[in-house]
Amino acid sequence: MIAESMYQELILEHYKHPQGRGLREPYDAEVHHVNPTCGDEVTMRVKVDDGGKVLDVSYDGQGCSISQAAASVLHELTTGSTVEESLSVVDEFTRLMQGRGQVEADEDVLGDAVAFAGVAKFPARVKCALLAWMAYKDAVVRSQA
Amino acid sequence: MNAESFDVERIRKDFPILSRELPGGRPLVYLDSGNSSQKPTQVIETMREHLASHYSNVGRALHALGSESTEAYETAREKIAAFVGAPSRDEVIFTKNASEAINLVAYAFGNPVNTDERFKVGPGDEIVISEMEHHSNIVPWQLLAQRTGATLRWFGVTDEGRLDIGNLDELVNERTKIVSIVHQSNVLGTVNSVSPILARVREVGALMMVDASQSVPHQPVDVAELGVDFVAFTGHKMVGPSGIGVLWGRRELLDAMPPFLGGGEMIEAVWMDHSTYAPVPHKFEAGTPPIVEAIGLGAAVDYLTSVGMDEIKRHEKELVTYALDALDGFPGLRIIGPHTAVARGGTVSFTLEGIHPHDVGQILDDVYGIAVRVGHHCARPLHLRFGIPATTRASFYLYNTTAEIDALVRGLHHVQKVFG
Repeated sequence: MIAESMYQELILEHYKHPQGRGLREPYDAEVHHVNPTCGDEVTMRVKVDDGGKVLDVSYDGQGCSISQAAASVLHELTTGSTVEESLSVVDEFTRLMQGRGQVEADEDVLGDAVAFAGVAKFPARVKCALLAWMAYKDAVVRSQA
Repeated sequence: MNAESFDVERIRKDFPILSRELPGGRPLVYLDSGNSSQKPTQVIETMREHLASHYSNVGRALHALGSESTEAYETAREKIAAFVGAPSRDEVIFTKNASEAINLVAYAFGNPVNTDERFKVGPGDEIVISEMEHHSNIVPWQLLAQRTGATLRWFGVTDEGRLDIGNLDELVNERTKIVSIVHQSNVLGTVNSVSPILARVREVGALMMVDASQSVPHQPVDVAELGVDFVAFTGHKMVGPSGIGVLWGRRELLDAMPPFLGGGEMIEAVWMDHSTYAPVPHKFEAGTPPIVEAIGLGAAVDYLTSVGMDEIKRHEKELVTYALDALDGFPGLRIIGPHTAVARGGTVSFTLEGIHPHDVGQILDDVYGIAVRVGHHCARPLHLRFGIPATTRASFYLYNTTAEIDALVRGLHHVQKVFG
């Protein structure tokens, strides 16, 4: 049962009970990202204060459990942190996802997102996990522009 | 062959891959033949034997191997012509796949070097397809419309998943140059009735093409009986290899059409400033063709013929009847396509309430070794029509069993347990 390594309880939990879902005001930037191979999509908004603190990350979208759970975990990890901190989490998550299962996850940086380590072994699903995270990175860059 | 002599267990023995084990000791349950079919030993061995003992280039090599290879390649063309009832072997053009076959035909329209009236396309002219087409029968026509300023129009699809030809007389009219319709939908399983559309096409003096990629592998198809002008299909979905497809076209139309790709072997004579072209089929087969693949496809139609296309059709009808019965009424499951096995092939697409098809497919594969296809199956407009981003699709072939459909149903129950 290989899938067990991918469908961690924590991922299923976030999928069934997504955190911070729904688009909210106010926001500095909004982006819409799609995964053309499977039709998954996410709309993401970020609100950052003058001190570089991420006040809110709100999102809506549709897609598989991996893509939706990844958005929920992202919301938890980034809201309340600084832009700089959150981007280092994004970088670490990206490194883990693109590591083909060979990369050791840094739990101190990733927190709950380490649950996605198993997804890295499924090349077809890596893009699902990264969809919201890439959207977040894009939104943050735009909010700072 | 009568019903008793169709022995699916014996057929399965012809397909070595079906008895392999997946990692973790899972047996393989292959329900993805609509995507690509598996290959029998007869095809694998024919290709191996050709490579091992007869291989060389075709057409231009004059030595012993050259003539053996050419003979095998052209014999394959004859077998395929006979398999689909083509009046002449020269009407069978080898392409890379069905997509290339459709592009080849689309390229002949609105082409300045083609002076034949029937292929002239410009602003005000119309091209007609349908909402249930595979992208390969949509995009080439979009490109043609963009090149020429012609208008692309399409038949809709009913809620039941049938082609809606209620507006046939309005849709296909004096402005129509070509109608290109799928014979059997790769998502819905629907088998379209060609004759009413063809009758209207003839009335208005247009041409008609049929994408038979999902029908030629699964039921007897006779191009002369169909009566259309062009038929495209592909080798890898009919127990043949990938890399080989077929365009059948009426001889006099093929003669009127310009070459598609230029290159070796498609010419009669070449000067520095112009060329004259070889007669069909070679006019459309530039460069070294997929030789072994064509020969493999010849072996594939021999194999299918030996089993019997009527028998295959009957077996698949049994399977799809069984599957529709098992899936209709499954909690939260919505079948996208006809719920009855009438004018319908062995392809069943569905959604499971609240669970994304990628999750369905992943669990089926990882836990049970069940291979299905998930996504939009290269038919995104059809999915948009039904208001869904994706479906899970099980597609059957001659080697599938009702026990495998039972496994699918068990797997779906487990999927619901995981995500419920």
